Amino acid sequence: MYTNTGSNTLSTKQKSNGLVKKTEALRLDSNATAPSSQPKIKSKGLDVPKLWEDGKARRKPSAAFVVIGHVDHGKSTLMGRLLLDTGAVAQRDIDKYQKQATELGKSSFALAWVMDTGTEERERGVTFDFAQHHFSTESTDFTILDAPGHRDFVPNMIGGASIADMAVLVVDANQLESGMKGQTKEHILLAKAVGLDRIIVAVNKLDSTMPTWSREAFEKVQLAVTKLLRESGFREEKITFVPCSGLSGQNVANSPSGREVNWIAQAKLPTLLQALETSSGAETTQDDMRKPLRMQVVDLFRGSITNPLSVSGRISSGSVQIGDSVTFQPAGEIATVKAIEVSDEPNDYAVAGQICTLHLQDIEAQHIKPGDVLCNISLPVTVVKDLTMLVGVVDALLPQPVDVHIGRLHVPGVIRQFIETVDQRGERLKKKPRLLKEGQRARIKVKLENGAPIESGERVVLRSGGVTAAYGVVVE
Amino acid sequence: MRLIKQNIEKKTGAGTATLLPEEPEDMWHAYNLIRPNDLLRASAVRKVINESSSGSRSNERVHTTLTIRVTKLDFDPQAAQLHVSGRVAEENKIVKLGSFHTLDLELQRNFQLEKSEGWDSVALDMLKEAINQDAKAQLWAVIMKEGLANICLVTDHQTTLRQKIETTLPRKRAGSTDHDKQLQKFFQTTFDSLLRQIDIANPLPLLLASPAFTASQFQQYIKDQAAPSANAKQLNALLAKTTIAPAATGHLHSLAEVLASPAVTSKLSDTKFARETQLVDRFFELMRKEDARAWYGPRECEYAVAQGAVGKGGGVLLISNGLFRSQQIEARKRWVKLVDDVKEGGGEVRVLSSMHESGRRLDSLGGVAVILTYPIEDLDEVAGGGDEDGDDEVEFDQVNGDVLRPNGVEGRVEHEEEIDLL
Repeated sequence: MYTNTGSNTLSTKQKSNGLVKKTEALRLDSNATAPSSQPKIKSKGLDVPKLWEDGKARRKPSAAFVVIGHVDHGKSTLMGRLLLDTGAVAQRDIDKYQKQATELGKSSFALAWVMDTGTEERERGVTFDFAQHHFSTESTDFTILDAPGHRDFVPNMIGGASIADMAVLVVDANQLESGMKGQTKEHILLAKAVGLDRIIVAVNKLDSTMPTWSREAFEKVQLAVTKLLRESGFREEKITFVPCSGLSGQNVANSPSGREVNWIAQAKLPTLLQALETSSGAETTQDDMRKPLRMQVVDLFRGSITNPLSVSGRISSGSVQIGDSVTFQPAGEIATVKAIEVSDEPNDYAVAGQICTLHLQDIEAQHIKPGDVLCNISLPVTVVKDLTMLVGVVDALLPQPVDVHIGRLHVPGVIRQFIETVDQRGERLKKKPRLLKEGQRARIKVKLENGAPIESGERVVLRSGGVTAAYGVVVE
Repeated sequence: MRLIKQNIEKKTGAGTATLLPEEPEDMWHAYNLIRPNDLLRASAVRKVINESSSGSRSNERVHTTLTIRVTKLDFDPQAAQLHVSGRVAEENKIVKLGSFHTLDLELQRNFQLEKSEGWDSVALDMLKEAINQDAKAQLWAVIMKEGLANICLVTDHQTTLRQKIETTLPRKRAGSTDHDKQLQKFFQTTFDSLLRQIDIANPLPLLLASPAFTASQFQQYIKDQAAPSANAKQLNALLAKTTIAPAATGHLHSLAEVLASPAVTSKLSDTKFARETQLVDRFFELMRKEDARAWYGPRECEYAVAQGAVGKGGGVLLISNGLFRSQQIEARKRWVKLVDDVKEGGGEVRVLSSMHESGRRLDSLGGVAVILTYPIEDLDEVAGGGDEDGDDEVEFDQVNGDVLRPNGVEGRVEHEEEIDLL
């Protein structure tokens, strides 16, 4: 802890910023007298795990879901619809978007604009980066993570999926084929790779099948997608199918009405919202909370004038409260948590499993980048370069340069060596194979170009030339 | 590089060559030509300390020509500088025999090289390549994604990363224009850095590659900047020479795939790096298909060559020039022999530059790979490649030391060298 603080002071001092120097000096003094470091913002010293336990009864369960699927299958539009019908977005906003979109000649994109807020995204009608949105129903607090479907943005999709509890796969009933070859398949694989096991399949655009609301089309998709999901390792009881239309809003939040959609009620299929409500995320355990604090930085931004530097992400273990000093790896710089927001509401603390925004002080933006890990000062993540992983191979691999994805972290590396191929139980099959084939499992050594904060047990995806090549876990 | 004079004997390889480096890339050739134990003669600046009879000392910088026996090379590709250290092998008035000196090779200054073991076939080929005055293909490439841009110069023999721009872009959020603003700022920085690097009066072709739309957005940005700027004419000339290509990521290793993409090969079809990339691609493709004609690794390749499987009619040996830079003379001899054997058998030999992405891909395979004329099954087991670790391991480390230098500095040794003053 001391060495950390020391190096921090040193590096900040080098910048001839008098003010920073002074504050740093102050901090050093207070450190000298009281080892528990008392920055300007005082910690309330809350017993977070206890508070969390006490608040259990009053709290609604919360869940974050990532929306995945092939490009142009209507993910953003479906989510825009969901937000509109649950009242999280006002009709007048949609009307406004409708007007602007019509001017661009893209009136059908109005609902998607709730999610696609970027100028480029709106002009091109394609989601670039995942969007984050909150809404609540009577039973649950939801966080939507609307992932991009375009193949060039798969890295962003991995970032979104890694902070979700479950996935909503959107499949266009009219364009099953394009998706099966494209990102429907890859996204399913990646959802599995980042550790999601619960999946809701929204069969979308059923209002434009021939004939409309064709049960046959729905069942055809159901069959094909179930097969694909099972091949990727999803268990059947964790899969729910929902027929719907994002554009017309049938069977999204509201139950369907009309003669042609009668079969949905007959088959006792849920609406998308019902399906979501019956599958909220796992409750954070006391164990998770008492582990050292870890949160991968998903986004780094200027929160507001009073909060010039904020980070957001999902706490993977431990807890954080206002006034805590935290460190960012690999930079090793220390910051103080000034304020915390959970689901856009200010809160005194946040715990493992929650997606939150932390407003920081005593740190400069240059020390942090997305993919960094926020940790407690006493037990920070070590920065490593050489990794051993246990991976399942999706596409033939040689020792070659690869892109290493761990959540939002996206860094270049090289496969140094194939140690051995293994069977399902992890027993060795062949030592030092010269090539890894699709379907094999293997232990491999990977060297990163630059050090990154990675711990064993983290889920990793290896990509090469724009396609997913392997996924697995970091062994050491 | 110009060959001023040479008296190399064909048979024994003894003799010297006098060379004149003319452009920065020649330093790369020199780095590959000069090996430890060679004799290098070049002009030098030496600090000489004189002590008078009264005991007062005075410093003097003297220009002289020194011959050293090379012990270590230090190449900085970004600055294209080559520092060669060694012990003085020929005494003169100011320098004693055996004292240390580091020669900095300079452009437009001759140096003379004599090989300790004689000029072998690989060294002669390198020399031929170095003095080849044919027009050289060169281009600037910017491999980028939002928030990351790698500006590099691609020449026949090397890819040098000249500048890396990395900024953090905030994610989109409703009601905020931060992302757009920061993106413009990122483009501005990239554009400014690019202008500082390239010779705008006489622009080389420019390649912009990125996933999705970043590259075309950046091209649009340059267009927007061109209109009101003072050097609009030159910028427009540059834009005319600009190619947009898709890349899987913004990281530098995507360059290999970009150079092999149709958008690029149609414009630069017969350049050395494009051919090399295609060859490595072909090798990877054969490996993927589990074709028993493609093998990699030192022992496997040697075995295949010994079997005469890398011969006429499609046999190709791909070898990284990093292997020839080995500090151990024995190791170098081993590779030279392999090359000679393949040539004798009528096979094709490709020495790939470890400073290109294709060469780096080869390096990750151990630096050497072969495409055989006929398939040999289970060659790895026959050649004993699958036995104990160790031997292979050393090989890997040596090469991969070079592979992962982010800024491409090769052969850098960490510690400061000792210079003994007189």
